[in-house]
Amino acid sequence: MAIYLDKNSKVLVQGITGREGLFHTQRMIAYGTQIVGGVTPGKGGTRIDTGNPVFDTVKDCVDATGATHTIIFVPPPYAADALFEAYDAGISLAVCITEGIPAHDMLKVVATTHGMRIIGPNCPGLVSPGKSLVGIMPGHVFRPGRIGLISRSGTLTYEIVDLLSKAGLGQSTCVGIGGDPIIGTTFVDCLRSFATDSETDAVVVCGEIGGSDEEDAAAFIAEHLPNKPVVAFIGGRSAPSGKRLGHAGAIISGNTGTPQSKVKAFEAAGVPVAERPSQIPMLVKERLAVPA
Amino acid sequence: MEYQGKELFRGVGIPTPRGVFVRSPDDVAAFIAENPGAWVLKSQVLMGGRGKAGGIKFASSPDEGRELARELIGKVLRNEQNPDGEEVKSLLVEEKVAIASEAYVSITIDRAAKKPVVIVTAQGGMDVEEVAAHDPDAISKYWIDAAIGFEPFIARRLAFAAKLPTGFQRAFPSILGGLYAMFMEYGANLVEINPLVLSEDGRVIASDAKVDLDDNGLYKHPELKAWKNEAPADEDQAAALATGLGISNYAKLDGNIGIIANGAGLGMGTMDAVRNAGGAAANFLDIGGGAQAELVKKSYNLVVGDPKVKAMFINIFGGITRGDQVAKGIVEALAGDDVRKVPLVVRLTGTNEKEGREILAGAGMNPVETMDEGARRAVELARG
Repeated sequence: MAIYLDKNSKVLVQGITGREGLFHTQRMIAYGTQIVGGVTPGKGGTRIDTGNPVFDTVKDCVDATGATHTIIFVPPPYAADALFEAYDAGISLAVCITEGIPAHDMLKVVATTHGMRIIGPNCPGLVSPGKSLVGIMPGHVFRPGRIGLISRSGTLTYEIVDLLSKAGLGQSTCVGIGGDPIIGTTFVDCLRSFATDSETDAVVVCGEIGGSDEEDAAAFIAEHLPNKPVVAFIGGRSAPSGKRLGHAGAIISGNTGTPQSKVKAFEAAGVPVAERPSQIPMLVKERLAVPA
Repeated sequence: MEYQGKELFRGVGIPTPRGVFVRSPDDVAAFIAENPGAWVLKSQVLMGGRGKAGGIKFASSPDEGRELARELIGKVLRNEQNPDGEEVKSLLVEEKVAIASEAYVSITIDRAAKKPVVIVTAQGGMDVEEVAAHDPDAISKYWIDAAIGFEPFIARRLAFAAKLPTGFQRAFPSILGGLYAMFMEYGANLVEINPLVLSEDGRVIASDAKVDLDDNGLYKHPELKAWKNEAPADEDQAAALATGLGISNYAKLDGNIGIIANGAGLGMGTMDAVRNAGGAAANFLDIGGGAQAELVKKSYNLVVGDPKVKAMFINIFGGITRGDQVAKGIVEALAGDDVRKVPLVVRLTGTNEKEGREILAGAGMNPVETMDEGARRAVELARG
């Protein structure tokens, strides 16, 4: 069933009547995602152009529709509150698109919302191609298939997915985990889920400079994914130290977050690291051809 | 800066040395005249290593204080880590404390653990990363559960584990509690006391203060926005904001190939592609998601404004960003009379790709198909 998301997942949209929220709601519906409604405080009882009902609170929406997933398009000062509200209403998976949430707000959220999976924040969302898309990704580049993908970046994901699709390698689930320092779901969390997913034959990990998530991922792969091929890519290998490049988390500071450390960790775990995205499909095919 | 951090320290009950913040040599003289004794003049700068760079002086009379302050204010401090240097605009005049022992304490965010981490060592006054590299056992850490918060046992445990001299132990829980309260209240990335001093007369005092605030959380404390204004502006960040980009969406680099991409990951990937093709990026520039033509045009002008740029590579994979808007921005930028033109390579795919290509074709431009090809072409063009 891929991971985290399938065609039966019922999705609500927090911030459904805002400019971004409305635009992407329409695109998700066009993709085939089961959008069951949305929330904008004060606009409960109305409907958006697609006919989907709007509620005042997440609880009202969940009670009326049975939604299990949410996607959050609210501004940074209100995003943590939106996550707490989703948790309180019993949501099991929340995708948070918002960029610019204070790191301390996220520290509090991840310390308290046990049991609710959070994707992001500052992420493009996730998609199980041909089934459902909960995010802002361009749906047309994805193809249904058996490759899992995890990435800290949005547009670089599209680039890699496009290359995979054109090489005949469709995807089971693609997760954009987000570029912030404090995120809900990490590479390791996704790898743990892919490890036992019968619809995923191989996984592509697209990391970037900053932090130590990639090193943690490499250690996890070495121990827990002996039979599932993994290929990695690290964005920003030519980046200088001390410059923050777009993502709040993409910075090399001192000896942490360097591309050398990440490449070394993956190679030590037996994971080939592509020098450039265009090498990824070939590496995946090579790894799939090796008898397990 | 130090004096601002110490104001926050005093607000949460962390003792700091007696002293005064001044901006002129006469103020130093007047203060010492009223408060006779031995005083330290500390340059207020953001860079580290100011002592070795000559930014700290000692004075014991009003005239000496005035003389040394004249030397310091306006001076540009430099060292190996900060070759560009930083100008001294103000001083902190503080009592000269007789030091019995120095410790280090900080609280920062551990990304992997997703928790605040407290770091303590009895080797204060040194670069903590150096201590960690040479004597990792001398460093004690505790990860605080943000749902529980700080409790005094954490301070006791750390003080024993780090073998802080007994003189520290009584005051340490209240100092660490204050530091944690401040870390949480202001949403800091880092709060650091280095050194935390045990004086000959038995006081525990924060001799230096370092506070790094999260820009995303500043809206909660408008009174602290002045901190950022007073800090020496990073030229890249200022240029990014003036162009209408996010604060970290532009960074100047050392190469000669200008780069514009949509998304941070693709921007970094494009830099890498240029290096793989044997060239070097002159900058990182992420136009973000959903950029309109006007922003593309301004971004183009920002990149060619750097005289070392010999060629440019615009790499767009449209998701929310639409190809027609990007193409329109490029054509408009090139139509400007006074704009510097450099050889340009465009790669445009994704949302509204067809419309974008038509606009570019109308202006006589032919986009390349892939990122690798575009990088190769840009490197060739930069070589002339």
